[in-house]
Formats: sequence, structure tokens, C-alpha cells
Amino acid sequence: MKRFSLVLAAAGLIGLSAAMPAAKAAEQLNPPRYGWSFAGMFGMYDRAQLQRGFQVYKEVCASCHSVSLLSFRNLSQPGGPEIPAAQVAQIAADWQHKVREIGDDGQPAERAPRASDRIPGPFANIKAAEAANGGKAPPDLTLMPKARSYERGFPWFIIDMFTLYQEHGADYVKAFLTGYEQGHETPPGTHYNKYFPGNFVGMPNMLQPDQVTYSDGTPQTVQQYAADVTAFLMWAAEPHMEQRKRIGFQVLLFLLVFAGLTYFTKKKVWKDVHA
Amino acid sequence: MQGHSHYVPKTGIGKWFDARLPLPRLVYDSFIAYPVPKNLNYFWTFGGILSVMLVAQIITGVVLAMHYTAHVDLAFNSIEKIMRDVNYGWMIRYLHANGASMFFVAVYVHMLRGLYYGSYKAPREILWILGVIIYLLMMATAFMGYVLPWGQMSLWGAVVITNLFSAIPVVGPTIVEFLWGGYSVDNPTLNRFFSLHYLLPFMIAGVVALHVWALHVTGQNNPTGVEVKDIKKDTVPFTPYATIKDAFGIICFFILFAWFAFFQPNYLGHAVNYVPGDPLVTPAHIVPEWYFLPFYAILRAITFDINLIVFVIPSKLGGVLAMFAAIAVLAFLPWLDTSKVKSTAYRPLHKQFFWAFVVVCVMLGWLGSKPAEYPYTVLSLIFTGLYFAYFLLVLPLLGLFETPKALPASIADAVLEQERKKGGAPVTAGANAAPQTKG
Repeated sequence: MKRFSLVLAAAGLIGLSAAMPAAKAAEQLNPPRYGWSFAGMFGMYDRAQLQRGFQVYKEVCASCHSVSLLSFRNLSQPGGPEIPAAQVAQIAADWQHKVREIGDDGQPAERAPRASDRIPGPFANIKAAEAANGGKAPPDLTLMPKARSYERGFPWFIIDMFTLYQEHGADYVKAFLTGYEQGHETPPGTHYNKYFPGNFVGMPNMLQPDQVTYSDGTPQTVQQYAADVTAFLMWAAEPHMEQRKRIGFQVLLFLLVFAGLTYFTKKKVWKDVHA
Repeated sequence: MQGHSHYVPKTGIGKWFDARLPLPRLVYDSFIAYPVPKNLNYFWTFGGILSVMLVAQIITGVVLAMHYTAHVDLAFNSIEKIMRDVNYGWMIRYLHANGASMFFVAVYVHMLRGLYYGSYKAPREILWILGVIIYLLMMATAFMGYVLPWGQMSLWGAVVITNLFSAIPVVGPTIVEFLWGGYSVDNPTLNRFFSLHYLLPFMIAGVVALHVWALHVTGQNNPTGVEVKDIKKDTVPFTPYATIKDAFGIICFFILFAWFAFFQPNYLGHAVNYVPGDPLVTPAHIVPEWYFLPFYAILRAITFDINLIVFVIPSKLGGVLAMFAAIAVLAFLPWLDTSKVKSTAYRPLHKQFFWAFVVVCVMLGWLGSKPAEYPYTVLSLIFTGLYFAYFLLVLPLLGLFETPKALPASIADAVLEQERKKGGAPVTAGANAAPQTKG
């Protein structure tokens, strides 16, 4: 009985303290939960979606943002968009930004990228990026869905451990891309986004309907563009996710069988001890 | 406990070796013949789990160090190279990062088990203190390891924690400059942290050896807290009994480990640490890893200067002292607890306080993750008070007032009693339906 009252007291305390921050939380809106093909224990990337997402990145985002950790060759690797290698070589050769290097004569030079190159970004260096964007360089996008999150709060953060919800970052990125609103008073040079912490963001709303032409008949809506490019960035951030989940499943299966065998061996060994 | 060695070398080489360096004898006496109380429950497998985790961390860590570059401009991308281009690099790194968390999960269970069953009491005081030293080394290692990827939380965590030392009067600023290798957290800091992060695990391994040695001198405590009286009746040999039981415990623990490392590898980390460290941009909330959160709450609980008439302890120093005292107090546990009875199973009042203490630690952990503002600071102060009250008031006084339950005469008696309760009639030797009490 005493134990029970203790547990109750503890539960009360947790409940009380969980309720307290509620008043403060209103200023930042948490993103909605979207469905993703890569969510959950068996979730994998949707190749067509990654390819569309790359197209959106190439035609929209790449004018300001780099994906500096990604090489062209990654696009044809298993577990990614899996664009055929020949096509990737062509994409690299036609890329809108050049590889900047020091030429044989010691002078700065440019050349068309090859599949083995990192994908060149729009700016030669951080100073150039800052100068072209009002003093603040557009962030690199390679890790964006892993680098953003929001607080789930009690008890959700415990439940997430079991349901494997970990698409906070992807949800945020998609919500951000579709979260622009007109008609708000904003400081000069900023735009209102209901999901951005603090709401005023330098980046303008970049996605318009029918802006990117899909060849596979997918609806050309802002929601679709945002979802596709977010999925592409999630893959860019976690390119080995499919292999990770596949191996993880094998590991779990092995461990479960091994645990079962060990348990019964243990039972047999200990059978005649207690006497 | 260890008693006389029964090792008899069988081969000629064995005899030759035994006369010169009795290493096989040491292994035989420590891991085969070593007598283990037969009533140990599964909480006693965590020592084995921790040993395995230490080895796993060292192996994955050594491989990571082959690919890692300790330089502020290169560290972040070298980690990403491991994640992308090194064969199975993502697996090695996720195992190492989550392995650190799992290490702390196991060590907290291990420590709470010691607390519950009074494993720190005579004659195991040295064993316990060695454990506290291992825990301290683990904290230093984990903290410096978290700095290495040089993300935002790495950098700013290093800034916050190294700055703690500046609170020490007179020598504080000098110590901090020494830690930094300069006047801010920068490349020299990263380099020395990498060096120490590689060194400390081997020091841990050394103290673990002492810890195991001390354990094998005193023998293990057990759920009754009654010492072994008759080796034949009360104990079983380490192999095969403890070996197979530990193996089962370790495999089950690996399932938990795999669940995190393969299916939610970033759950226990911070998203902002995937942003490269930038000394000009402070993250909104600087929060340590989950296993440090209770101490972080204690650190931030002291928000006021403490006036001791003769001198004043500034709030920052007060917080630092409270945090270190929260760890140091563990080392004095053997003398703070005045109860003669070891196991809480026979201490009805302490059972209440023990679980209350667990709740206090969880609450402190939650408070450590919150921003340092009202009402969290006030709550942190209250729970910090409760944390210390457990060690400095409850444990010393409880031993004087509590009436413990009757202890069993021996471990064998306790086992028989438990089986009688469970199975009805006493079980005869070899009966195959013997229920496994507590595993």
C-alpha cells in the first residue's frame, strides 16, 4: 500500500511538471506527422520518389543550396535513387555548377564534374554564399532531415522508442517547405513560415505548383514536391538506411534464436541445482 | 572465498607452464572453479554485460580511430565519410555511439543492484569504491567521445563542461586554459580530448581488473545479503552455471542494443549535432547526453550564492560542488549506510526509500533536459535536496530505526524456502520440474 502511494505521488509529480510548460509551448508549431515510405522497421526508400526529389533539388534548391557530402556516383548506388550509372555520368557532365580547382598553370580553373566528384554547390566559398544572400549563407542540405527535430514531450518520447518513430526531421523539413504564409508583418529580408522556429526566415517560398515537370505523371503539387525533395534529402542524410535495416533484422533474428537456445541450455544446466 | 586452488595441470606443457607462470591456473580458479552463490538473480549478469560492452566499445573505437581525423575543420566530415564511404562504417559508428548509451544503461542497473542489495557493505567497500572510480572514468570518456564529431552539441557541450572548472577559486582559470590548450575550446582541445578518449578506456580496463580481483577475493553478494557459509551447499562453480546464465543475459542485452543501433540509431543523440560545430552560433538548448542529465540538473539547481558568513560560495561554484558531491557521495556509501542488514529484501522501510530514490533520479534526469528557468530550477533544487537527503539523512538514520525482517540462516535455506513457497513440497535432487526462482 505504501509502495502504491509512492508510485501515485511520483506519477502526480510527473503529471504536474509535464503540464507546466504547456503555457509556453504556443510560440512554435510542431510539424504534422506525414507518412513516409522509409518509416518504421521495414520502411525503405521509394526509388521513383528519390529520383523525383533529386529532380526538385536540381531544378529548385540547387540554385542556392549545396549537398556537399554527396557524390554523383551515390545516385546510382544500391539503396538510393538507383539512377543508371550512364545516366549519372550524363547528369554530372551537364551539372549547372562546375568543379572549382587549381589548374595546371596554378590559376583557379573550372571543369565539368565527373560521376566520382562531390556534387558542386552554387558558390565558390562561404564568403561568396554570404555575399549573395544578404550576409547569411544558405545551409548545406546533405544532413538536413537528421539535423532538425522538435521536442516530442512526455510520454511520446518513450512511446517513440517502441514504435520507432524517428521521422521528426523529415516531417519538419516537409512542413517547413509548405509552411509559408502571406499577410504577416515581417522584418525586411525575411518571410513568414509557421513551422520555422521564430517564424521569420530568410529563405522565400520556393515551391509553386507545376514548377517542376515530372515525367511519370505524379501530381505536380507543392505538397508532392516538398514530400519528394524531403525524401531525397533523407536518403542523402542516411544513404545506407536500407542496408542498416536489412542487417538489423538479420541481427535481431539471430539474437532471438540464440537467446532461445541459450535459455534452454541454461535451464538444463541449472536443473538440479536447487536442492 | 576463493580458497585453495584445485587446479591440476594434466599435460606436460601444462605442468611446465604452471611452475613458471600459472596463467592457466588463474583462469581456472577465476572463471571455472570460482564459487558463485546459487541464488543470484539476473541483475547479477550486468557485470558480465559491462565487461562485454567495454570490449565492444574498445574494438569499435579502435576501428573508428583509423578513419577519424581530429581537427576542427575536418572532424565532422571525417565522421560523415565513415558513415558514407567506409565499408560498414555506419554500423561501426552507430554501434559505438549507441554502445556508449547501452554501457550507461547497464552501469546504472549494476549500480542500483548494488544499492538495493547492499553490495557496498563490508567486506566489499573497496570493490564498491573501485566501481565508483570506473563510473567516473566512464563519464569522462563518454563526455570526451561526444565532443569528437565536432557537431554543434559536441562543441558547445565541451564549452559548458570545461567552463565548470573556471568556478574553482584561484586556480580555476588556469585549469581551464590547460584543458583548452588555449583561450577557447578549439583545435588543441579537440586533439587532447581525442588522445584522452583513446587512453581512458584502457585505464577503465585496468580498474575493471582490480574490480574483478576484489570481487574474487570477497566473493559475490547475493539477493539475501547473507554471506556464503558452506561452499558446497551455498554456491555453484562459475562454469558452467554462471557462464551460461551470463551468456543468456548478454544476448538479451544485445537485443536491446541492436534495437537502438540498427533501428533508431539517432534516437539517443541530438539532431543539432548533425550541424557542424560553429563557435559563433550557440544552440538554443545545450543539453548533455541522457546519462548525464541528473547531474546536469544538480549543476543548474544552485542558482543563488550561498552565504556561509565567513565566506560566500558563488552560485556557479555551488552548482559545480553540488554536482561533484553528487558523485563523490557514492564513494562514502559503505559508511553512510548504518544498517547491518545488506539486502533490501529484508528492509521494508528502505525498500520504500530505495524506489523513491530511483524516482528522484528519473525526475532529475527529466529536469536536466529542460531549460534553466522557472519552474524547472526550483524543482531541480527540491530534487537535488532529496537526492542528498537519501544519502546523508535516510541511509544513516534508517539503520538505527528500521526493524529488519528475519534473515535466512544461509543461502541454501533461502533457496529451499523460496522453492517451498513456489512449488509446494520441497524439491528433491534431480527433480526436473524445479522452478527457476529469479531465473
